[in-house]
Amino acid sequence: MSAAKSHLEVLPRSLQLLLVLGVIALAAFPFVGTEFYASMMARMMILAIFAMSLDLLQGVTGLVSLGHAAFFGIGGYFLSLVSSDSGTVSLWWTLPGAVLASAFFAAVIGFFVVRTHGIYFIMVTMAFAQMLFYLVFDNKEIGLLGLSLRLGGSDGVYINLKPDAALFDLENKKVFYFFTLGCLLAVYLFLRRVLWSPFGRVLAGIRVNEHRMRALGYGTFGYKLAAFTLGGGIAGLAGYLWGAQTGFINPELMGFHMSAHAIMMVILGGMGNFAGAIVGAFAFEYLLHLFKDLPDIGGFRAGKHWQLWMGLFIVLVVAFAPRGLLGLAERVLRGKEKHHG
Amino acid sequence: MADEALLSAKNLVKRFGGLAAVNDVSVDLWRGRIHAVIGPNGAGKSTLTNLLSGDLPPTTGSIRLGDQDITGRSPERISRAGLGRSYQKTNIFLPFTVWENVRLASQSRAQHAASWLRRATGHAGTNERAEKAIVLAGLERRRDAVAGTISHGEQRQLEIAMTLATEPQVLLLDEPLAGMGTAEAERMVALLKRLKEAHAIMLVEHDMDAVFALADRLTVMVNGQVIASGTPEQIRHDAGVQAAYLGEEEH
Repeated sequence: MSAAKSHLEVLPRSLQLLLVLGVIALAAFPFVGTEFYASMMARMMILAIFAMSLDLLQGVTGLVSLGHAAFFGIGGYFLSLVSSDSGTVSLWWTLPGAVLASAFFAAVIGFFVVRTHGIYFIMVTMAFAQMLFYLVFDNKEIGLLGLSLRLGGSDGVYINLKPDAALFDLENKKVFYFFTLGCLLAVYLFLRRVLWSPFGRVLAGIRVNEHRMRALGYGTFGYKLAAFTLGGGIAGLAGYLWGAQTGFINPELMGFHMSAHAIMMVILGGMGNFAGAIVGAFAFEYLLHLFKDLPDIGGFRAGKHWQLWMGLFIVLVVAFAPRGLLGLAERVLRGKEKHHG
Repeated sequence: MADEALLSAKNLVKRFGGLAAVNDVSVDLWRGRIHAVIGPNGAGKSTLTNLLSGDLPPTTGSIRLGDQDITGRSPERISRAGLGRSYQKTNIFLPFTVWENVRLASQSRAQHAASWLRRATGHAGTNERAEKAIVLAGLERRRDAVAGTISHGEQRQLEIAMTLATEPQVLLLDEPLAGMGTAEAERMVALLKRLKEAHAIMLVEHDMDAVFALADRLTVMVNGQVIASGTPEQIRHDAGVQAAYLGEEEH
């Protein structure tokens, strides 16, 4: 099976149609669903952006990072640090600022970690993320260059006011929802374009056979660092949106669990095509709520042990649909086409 | 023909612990000539290739490519300096199509190689280079096949096509004929003859018929050392070589 097929880099027409229907459903949702569920959907879209940013590393370049949440967290903390309780801050500089801050951290950390391979890459990405996690977890406030940065420690920080976009009002939940949807689509289209660019083809080559890429003259270090930085920047965008949407930031956002969840989202949906990451993020969050609400079975609190069910489900997906839910959908749709024609 | 060798390696030594896999080996490669390196298994031929391509750093010795000292440089920098190599064990992008394998190789020489927003497949220069390499290697009919599904011989051809797509001056070919059928081997020999005109070629090969048909110069290695170096005629009649190596395989 070719890379295009095994990674669904080329999405068949039937899947494209399905994705368009999904976008239409997302656009219609605020008009038919309750506000509570619309907020939940907005959070899922934000996590989908986060999952796509990891997919660039994990599915496209073959770099499995266990510390990607660090950059998600940095985006969120950036917003909390520049926000004040007395007035709003402009979206138009704080959002790019969060992306750049996360990308900057990713570039610095990436400079050290993308030299490593395989299990060592997994370990050092986790180590760097844990360092940032404890920096925030253990410090309510740190002084930097004469500035006092309010990190909030383990309690986290509230962000009481949404950023001011001037052209539209993000305090309006519907507006925020559509702004998030716009970001989701923009990031998806951007990453799909990157996937088919010369840069994206090099990343795919690195995933398949980095040794050969070097023999062909590619300085793979630079390409991997660029991918790590870009992925970090987009994760920062997601973290910023998360902070603005939920109004609350805490160290868990950059924690180990958050990184692991993102990996599971990407695997669950299907790697290397970004559409799978979106599907995976939605599926993961949906299942998480489903499993958390499970009733007690006898004396066994099934809902409390949601991770058990999630683990089982992911094992099943990996065993029976190694290309994830999107790959499964592709197989089902292809089967139908065959029956018809 | 130039007055100076295109690639010149002097007194290369590679030690792995106490073992000298390559011991004081010098090689000069000239444009228009094929320099064959032969020797029994474990003689250090592949290690020598890896030293020249930068896959391994030499313990001592120096390598010059054109007017640049490339000793100890990374494989990607040596590749960009104009050296291309193929591998003994097929080393290609198995899940990609033949075309994408060669296109990716060709793209490494393009100015736009790191561009994020253009379509990779739409670059005329890259495509032309790839097309030329595919035709040279005789793979035009397998262009759309997935590399992992083509025959072993075709994968060897693909190795060569990828190497050619980087437009190297110096070619290091590590057993390009290994595992090929007679017809495929003949085609490869014809290809190497054609490539010789524009390239300096080092050929590591076990197939003695091919070696004596192609080589302008021969170096015989045993246990990491050069035991003889000269024209095919000289090597054929070298008593030391016959005793150490050729005798067993004389036909």
